[in-house]
Amino acid sequence: MIENLDALLLARIQFAFTVSFHIIFPAFTIGLASYLAVLEGLWLWTKREVYLEVFNFWKTIFALSFGMGVVSGIVMSYQFGTNWSVFSDKAGPVIGPLMGYEVLSAFFLEAGFLGIMLFGLNRVGKGLHFFATIMVAVGTLGSAFWILSVNSWMQTPAGFAMNDVGQFVPVDWWAAIFNPSFPYRLLHMVLAAYLTTALVVGAVGAWHLLQGRARERAGIMFSMAMWMLTVVAPLQIAAGDLHGLNTLEHQPIKVMAMEGHYESHPEGAPLILFGIPNTAEQRIDYAVQIPKLSSLILLHDLNAPLDGLDTIPRELHPPVPIVFWSFRIMVGLGTAMAILGLWSLWARRRGHLFTNRPLLRMALVMGPMGFVAVLAGWITTEVGRQPWTVYGHLLTADSVSPIAAPAVAASLVAFIVVYFAIFGAGTFYILRLMGRLPDDPDEDLKDAPLRTAGITPGPPNPRRHEEALHGR
Amino acid sequence: MVVDLPFIWAGIIAFAVLAYVIMDGFDLGVGILFPFFPEKHDRDVMMNSVAPVWDGNETWLVLGGGGLLAVFPLAYATILPALYAPLIVMLLALIFRGVAFEYRWRTKRAEHLWDLSFIFGSTVAAFSQGVALGALVQGIPVVDRAYAGGWWDWLTPFSLLTGVALVVGYALLGATWLVMKTSGRLAIKARRIALRTAGATILAMGLVSLWTPFLNPLFLERWFGWPNMLYSGIVPLGVAGCFYLLLRGLLKRRDVLPFVAALGLFVLGFIGIGISFYPYIVPTSVTIHEAAAPDESLLFLLVGAVVLVPLILAYTAYAYWVFRGKVDPHEGYH
Repeated sequence: MIENLDALLLARIQFAFTVSFHIIFPAFTIGLASYLAVLEGLWLWTKREVYLEVFNFWKTIFALSFGMGVVSGIVMSYQFGTNWSVFSDKAGPVIGPLMGYEVLSAFFLEAGFLGIMLFGLNRVGKGLHFFATIMVAVGTLGSAFWILSVNSWMQTPAGFAMNDVGQFVPVDWWAAIFNPSFPYRLLHMVLAAYLTTALVVGAVGAWHLLQGRARERAGIMFSMAMWMLTVVAPLQIAAGDLHGLNTLEHQPIKVMAMEGHYESHPEGAPLILFGIPNTAEQRIDYAVQIPKLSSLILLHDLNAPLDGLDTIPRELHPPVPIVFWSFRIMVGLGTAMAILGLWSLWARRRGHLFTNRPLLRMALVMGPMGFVAVLAGWITTEVGRQPWTVYGHLLTADSVSPIAAPAVAASLVAFIVVYFAIFGAGTFYILRLMGRLPDDPDEDLKDAPLRTAGITPGPPNPRRHEEALHGR
Repeated sequence: MVVDLPFIWAGIIAFAVLAYVIMDGFDLGVGILFPFFPEKHDRDVMMNSVAPVWDGNETWLVLGGGGLLAVFPLAYATILPALYAPLIVMLLALIFRGVAFEYRWRTKRAEHLWDLSFIFGSTVAAFSQGVALGALVQGIPVVDRAYAGGWWDWLTPFSLLTGVALVVGYALLGATWLVMKTSGRLAIKARRIALRTAGATILAMGLVSLWTPFLNPLFLERWFGWPNMLYSGIVPLGVAGCFYLLLRGLLKRRDVLPFVAALGLFVLGFIGIGISFYPYIVPTSVTIHEAAAPDESLLFLLVGAVVLVPLILAYTAYAYWVFRGKVDPHEGYH
């Protein structure tokens, strides 16, 4: 095994590791930024202080997660060059400008207004502060737009030609940006981010409700989160279905791996619920399947023929077991989210949303499941893209930097150690903040300065707001 | 008239890198100076002085890297593998210092640990940026659109010198920033440190400048050939002027002048590097034009840059304006 760990595999593991860690933070902060904007809007509109308290509670958590997202994201912007230099040289003319637009239109927007959102309520007043919060939320969505466009282009490349030094060069920017899988992927990811945030917010609300504390604030969190799940989880299932049909059209091999279809089915393909992919024998062992259902779902016809991996050369197969399992994890969790949403709707109508303990416990357990589903989804689509970096045009094996295995191995170990230590500590602090009562002072932090007040106010109207309302 | 898009873009990328160096320079410098201010109270104020802006400052690094990928993919694809080790170390160091901004306030027990993380991260990030810069100045061999050197080529006495020089220079930026943003005992101490680091920075700049022309005959001709010397001589004169203003500002107890003069030193040093490099982007293997992406890519992103960069500068300036003035040490303890 060890002797097979060549530079290519190490580079892939390194990228998979750093990007998987990174996506956890945006998946949370995209939704949380929007949630914060909604909370602040509700506060300004209803003038109820409780919304500001909930806002400040989540603002601190947002600051921590966002910080981790920024530092792990900077790593990503350099990983392409350090570890995938051939890919960078070849694909740079197309994907580079898209990432450039991400930085210019989104990353700066978030970073520029973040300081004002976190520390500036006293200094700029409510209106401008609300504007800053909205800009941060818009920035996170803008980031998602461009990054998903780049990723989709790698999955379903369009709008390009090749030049004489082997680079992908842009021919039609509109076609490149709005490439065939982009709208589906963007919708699927943004909904996933909203669901992930809703699950976390719901779990924190449920935790405090189960403890019988902070009923009003925890109730607001829980109720808002459950509304989000009730509405968005079914939408997400529909969006995922559309995305799957799009994948069938443009990346049928990936769908074969997701479905576990090693064999072709000329008279309608079964839906394999579970089983153990056997790569050596090219079959699914112990398959539990429903006849013809896969053809019905994918082609809306019970007897529609579906090709299997047996029609594809072995060297173009993605790693089937990984794709097969990650896909099932994602679908299973998506279904559980929809069930939670519907259950909460039922409890709401019966008037015991905040006291239904089994429901609260399920919400608590589901708290981290959005992250698991997001990771499983990304693993499905990224591993399913293999063996290509630019699908159908540039092999992963031809994309890697000419870096010796020991250098990549050393950096990989460094990333693993640092990420687990640093982001482990961050996760611990976030969990501790979540376990605290919303807006209660933390015993351990009595003399931590209120950072909003840490700087002399500018001349106009310095103290608009009672100190007590500040989360820090 | 034909517009020279690669040339324009070289200017924009250079601007992004310069913006990064001077903006993140002072907040890395604040981290480098942490060991000289052991008291918690001072450290709180120091960190508060950069907390609202560090994130925006670091975004310029992403623009430098991401922009390079977009418009000079060949440069991105050869410089980054060549500088693999220092860049990975820099990225990891930036993680250590970046999270300290948040983590430090979330715990009392481990606050000390995150202070160390802030110091270590800031210093190592600055040092590895200096090493990377030195390695780039030395030159990077490129064959068949790929880096063709060894994995330890970046490590030379010259790159170690530039590493130390950048740590010293950032410390100067940090110290003058603190002179501008703090008051009382802290500011007095910062002024003392600024005086010392000013001397060290000039010394380091002198050493690097004297060494650089002898790395490559091209640089020698650029700096000391005739009539180039007429133009290139302006840079050392400017450095002398800035140094004078810096010392004057510090000795006359002016608040803002030292910081501005220190920024001036960095801008001039940066221009000096630009003079050495031109027309290469990967010295001395790949020119700006050879590395450039096709004009369609350059033009597409240029439209965005022309509209968005001024907008970014405007709201960045606004964010700095909102948090203008001295940090008040007493307000933090309500």
